[in-house]
Amino acid sequence: MTTKHAAETPPPDGPDGLQEHFDTTIARDQRVEPRDWMPDGYRRTLVRQIAQHAHSEIIGMQPEGEWITRAPSLRRKAILFAKVQDEAGHGLYLYSAAETLGADRDDLTERLIEGRQKYSSIFNYPTLSFADIGVIGWFVDGAAICNQVPLCRSSYGPYARAMVRICKEESFHQRQGYELLMTMMRGTPAQRGMVQDAVDRWWWPSLMMFGPPDDASPNSARSMAWKIKRHSNDELRRRFVDMTVPQAEKLGVTLPDPELRWNEETGHHDFGTPDWDELTRVIKGEGPCNAQRVQRRRTAHEEGAWVREAATAHAARQAARAEKGAVA
Amino acid sequence: MSDDHVYLTLAEGHEDDTRWAYGTGFEDPLHGVDTAVPEGVDAGELAAQCVALADDALVGAQRLAEWITRAPELEEEVALANIGLDLLGQARLLYTRAGQVDGTGRDEDAYAYFRDPADFRNVTLAELPGGDFAFTVVRLLVLSSWRLAHFRRLTGHPDPVLAAVAAKGVKELTYHRQYAAQWCVRLGDGTDESHRRMRAALEQVAPYLGELHAAHDVRDEVADDLRQVTGAAGLTLPVHRPLPGRGRAGEHTEHLAPLLTELQGVARAHPGATW
Repeated sequence: MTTKHAAETPPPDGPDGLQEHFDTTIARDQRVEPRDWMPDGYRRTLVRQIAQHAHSEIIGMQPEGEWITRAPSLRRKAILFAKVQDEAGHGLYLYSAAETLGADRDDLTERLIEGRQKYSSIFNYPTLSFADIGVIGWFVDGAAICNQVPLCRSSYGPYARAMVRICKEESFHQRQGYELLMTMMRGTPAQRGMVQDAVDRWWWPSLMMFGPPDDASPNSARSMAWKIKRHSNDELRRRFVDMTVPQAEKLGVTLPDPELRWNEETGHHDFGTPDWDELTRVIKGEGPCNAQRVQRRRTAHEEGAWVREAATAHAARQAARAEKGAVA
Repeated sequence: MSDDHVYLTLAEGHEDDTRWAYGTGFEDPLHGVDTAVPEGVDAGELAAQCVALADDALVGAQRLAEWITRAPELEEEVALANIGLDLLGQARLLYTRAGQVDGTGRDEDAYAYFRDPADFRNVTLAELPGGDFAFTVVRLLVLSSWRLAHFRRLTGHPDPVLAAVAAKGVKELTYHRQYAAQWCVRLGDGTDESHRRMRAALEQVAPYLGELHAAHDVRDEVADDLRQVTGAAGLTLPVHRPLPGRGRAGEHTEHLAPLLTELQGVARAHPGATW
């Protein structure tokens, strides 16, 4: 088993002993837990990664959430409503995991709405038809699964455990999305057109979800050494393409890449290069919906301030009343 | 690689597909249940009762869905979605039952998507626009208290399907009422601003109580709930002149039509499509 708690053998005193103990924990594929000593860089990297992941769940509610009130059947409405609710739940787990490292949820929220922390670039694209709901499930949840399943073995215990539950729900969402597309492809010509259009718009942004190419990903090597991350961006991207191609064939849609073909020699698909300049622009805040997404989150947070203040004031008054009662 | 398993099997059939949602993988939602209308029950009245209660729930769920990504806290996103999903689930079962007993054989979507505003029988309080969080929790308190008291009575209804839907709903509505009551107390007892907003919300909701009681007279239970909550919140229920709301007769405010335009738009744009 690789899940054994690292602190079973007490760490030797002194900075060198602590570092050595940490290194051994990583080398043995054991888990680092919140109370264990860890290098500052490890802690910072994890807080940044987990916070970005949490922000992505919360911002990711918006493109899909827009369609809950418009879903064209009650069954699809229930499925989508539940999916978006799951995303809020994932955000909550992940903020909690970040808090085990000393981060503060309010502070992370401030960083998000002030643009000081990022979220996945994919959520800066618009959802233009109900087929987008299916394609987001298939591609975006699919890419998230490719990225996240290896994180179930991440070296940081609370993150790894959160990912186990999140991945189960993501795979459920992915199947729901694919099933919607299957149903639509069996429907009217207009529905089939909507599916192909959504595939065309979401394919390249989905490939960008794995991040920049390995030779341009500055933080990857260190994260892999620390076993926070388990596979490189390019490796995960290639695996996503290999798994998605036969599913597209079965669905009856065309993936919008003229260079896409099976390579007998490598045993993988060759595929075209995503527009990395576009990814850079979207990450910099210049994607089609960046401003709108952050603004919505900011508005919800600001307009909800009086509610949170009231809850805090009530709790304080309750505590004071309880104390008074205890004294009397 | 074992990591890839869930993704690789995506395009294959799954035995557990019914987990996805009510309505997946079967044609007859009440297969195996005796769906005959019991003797002594008027089928037309039963169907009308189911549709009215389903409309309350669907319209209520739609208003709650509007909060998603706009709630004051992530915990509230989760809770409001939970309540919305419960109500949506109640609506679906009740529409299905109506379609079986009114002789039309319509499915749930025929009721939700292909009726016009004047055919809807929800009480008008359910259709009022979202408002602030205080209005949302006050309306939720009133509607869930009223619906809970009515559903408790319906658990003894001679129609076994309606009685079963009510029994399931009682558990859900008990939570909805609890959630709303807790927030009413927090906001009433919170800050000056939250107290002021709660007073305004009560002013806005109170005139609609008459319509609720005209539809299902459970006024004693509702009054008890409201007295308890307003008491704990340091608020008083305003004395009000009831509005002559008649949603149960298909007479609605100007707010229902736009709500339905949004709800029904995609479905109506694609006649003959399956989703």
